[in-house]
Amino acid sequence: MKEFMTRNKDNIITYGIVIVAFVIMQSLISAHAVSSLMTGLMVPLCAYVILAVSLNVTVGILGELSLGHAGFMCVGAFTSAFFSKLTVNVITIGWLRFTLAILIGFVCAGLIGFLIGMPVLRLKGDYLAIVTLAFGEIIKNVINVLYIGRDSNGLHFSTKDALALNMEETGEIIVNGAQGITGTPKNSNFAIGIVLILITLFIVLNLIKSRDGRAIMAIRDNVIAAESVGVNITKYKLLAFSISAALAGVAGVLYSHNISSLMATPKNFGYNMSIMILVFVVLGGIGNIRGSIISAVVLTLLPEMLRGLSNYRMLIYAIVLIAMMLFSWAPKAQDLRARLTGMLPKFGKKKTIAEGGTDNGNE
Amino acid sequence: MKRVTRALAVVLSTAMVIASLAGCGGQSTKSNTFKIGGIGPTTGAAAVYGLAVKNGADLAIKEINAAGGINGYQIEYNFQDDELDAEKSVNAYNALKDWGMDILVGSVTSGCCVAVAAESVNDNMFQLTPSGSAVDCIANKNVFQVCFTDPNQGIGSAAYIGDNKLASKVAVIYDSSDVYSSGIYAKFAAEAENQPFEIVAAEAFTSDSKTDFSVQLQKAADNGAELVFLPIYYTEASLILTQAASAGYDFKFFGCDGLDGILGVENFDTSLAEGVMLLTPFAADATDEKTQAFVKAYEEAYGETPNQFAADAYDAVYIIKAAIEKAGAKPNMSVSELGDALEKAMTEITVDGLTGLSMKWTEDGAVNKAPKAMIIKDGNYSLIQ
Repeated sequence: MKEFMTRNKDNIITYGIVIVAFVIMQSLISAHAVSSLMTGLMVPLCAYVILAVSLNVTVGILGELSLGHAGFMCVGAFTSAFFSKLTVNVITIGWLRFTLAILIGFVCAGLIGFLIGMPVLRLKGDYLAIVTLAFGEIIKNVINVLYIGRDSNGLHFSTKDALALNMEETGEIIVNGAQGITGTPKNSNFAIGIVLILITLFIVLNLIKSRDGRAIMAIRDNVIAAESVGVNITKYKLLAFSISAALAGVAGVLYSHNISSLMATPKNFGYNMSIMILVFVVLGGIGNIRGSIISAVVLTLLPEMLRGLSNYRMLIYAIVLIAMMLFSWAPKAQDLRARLTGMLPKFGKKKTIAEGGTDNGNE
Repeated sequence: MKRVTRALAVVLSTAMVIASLAGCGGQSTKSNTFKIGGIGPTTGAAAVYGLAVKNGADLAIKEINAAGGINGYQIEYNFQDDELDAEKSVNAYNALKDWGMDILVGSVTSGCCVAVAAESVNDNMFQLTPSGSAVDCIANKNVFQVCFTDPNQGIGSAAYIGDNKLASKVAVIYDSSDVYSSGIYAKFAAEAENQPFEIVAAEAFTSDSKTDFSVQLQKAADNGAELVFLPIYYTEASLILTQAASAGYDFKFFGCDGLDGILGVENFDTSLAEGVMLLTPFAADATDEKTQAFVKAYEEAYGETPNQFAADAYDAVYIIKAAIEKAGAKPNMSVSELGDALEKAMTEITVDGLTGLSMKWTEDGAVNKAPKAMIIKDGNYSLIQ
């Protein structure tokens, strides 16, 4: 047990941070001590944390740049919302339907990740980034032309418009092209979000520590060396990419079951979103899972906390983002921070012990 | 070194959490003012609409406050940005709730409005959307609309074209990635089957491909269309008109309220818009006293000509005023009590506004007002009698 604790100290701290954050926030929410804004932000925060952690598998562990992550989130969101809309009157037990929806989102996004990964992962670096960006946009656009309706004859599909579905009068349009899915049951809540974060962490952290994870990291560090010792490059690349996509799908499920109007707009599933997730990962430290969690939380909260600035909000947000990025990662800024903390020995030391983490990946 | 980074990250995030928690003192204390909140995109691609609504409502509130408020109570106003994102719109709603909002004017766009309505129904918050035109927006009992619903616009346009025998062959160019546009098109196409004209071409474009319309216009011409129906916004419509003119096509054009504003597009030759017909509740050049006073005040305050969104928002505030007066509501009522009172009052009032005379509401939240058909003549909107 003791050995287990020492070996997994770092992971336990990561789980611990999530659980402690949950306990604090949940008790504050139950005591009505936090604003409605914060309460409402909890589920999106969980979704973005999962997204950041899952993208870190591709970017940090596999070492490939992906700009299509929002596309996989989109797949998870739409497949699960479709399932929930379809079965809302059939499976009346909320948690059972939602569990199935999560599994469907996970599997569908993972499958799409696998299919896209096969051609895409033959590329490397910038080329791969561009192609994933294109696939992300394709997913969004395909969903935008999809019309699915249901009447007593069963399901109707069309890619033209809602009229082309030829439904009976009583038919119900489930996926309405660009208008997306309206009225998904609101099953997501903070506790479920935290459980999903913990499951994501469990999958990702164990993957890193496993034999497969070491193989994936070997590919990242040196493909030729990895190949020469018999690592199956294609298999492990696909494994990492699919897991990353599947977990993004889970985040999509959480997202789609939190708001009642699900549309694939450039804002929520476009490449801007993919880049946003990449920003979470880069700011938190590539390969650093805990950093991803913290930066996803900080960067999601930031624009909401700046609401007081009204029109200057997005401008200030961008400036703060630049400042944070410089402060965290510019070599000069790192030197400066070292000198500053040297001047405040007590403060720095105390904080370091309190935080007490060892490194989680490469920096 | 890394530890220091971590330490700072922890300090910063702790500071943020504390700052965010400090910003809320639980439930707001009830004051002697009505707190009206607004939600819409004031940044990003749709900022034009959000800012118009923000300013339109602001103007009305300033007027009402200067004239002594509603039943003697002043109004406080707070408008929040949603970046045209449903999730951000819900965040904005929650932020306004923390501020102590009694009544919501919003959201500006349909998708955001649906998401916010799903939250506001839990608080029974009275919500009046100036421009969220999808039917789903008013699915809940606490939400009412100022603008026409998309189906009404589609059906109204088809009926108008049919009744007035404007054409026998009609082409449609619409934005399939836009809820407003595809919503109108769907109902237009359905209603067209009952009308004495035929849709010979229905060509879509998306927000990613809205600069070149030569293919769509070519198709319309090949199929012998006499009239092109444009259920889209004026920016794209101005391009379509320019490209149709330069290609030498001679279509009649017919649009909905989204075309309002086409004469104000920069570098657009307004003579191309001559004879364009549109079904809109508001035109800034209308000659009635009320519109002129509004346009003048708006131009003075914000330095630009108001569009239909501003007029809808301006009306929304006066509708709220009428409903409050009818219900005899007071600011010290709880949000839910206020919601109940106003929802009842809405079905009983009749309001003369900029966007329609004797507007009435049914319990389902849709507005009942006569659509106005305008034609562009001599570089001005004029009412078709």
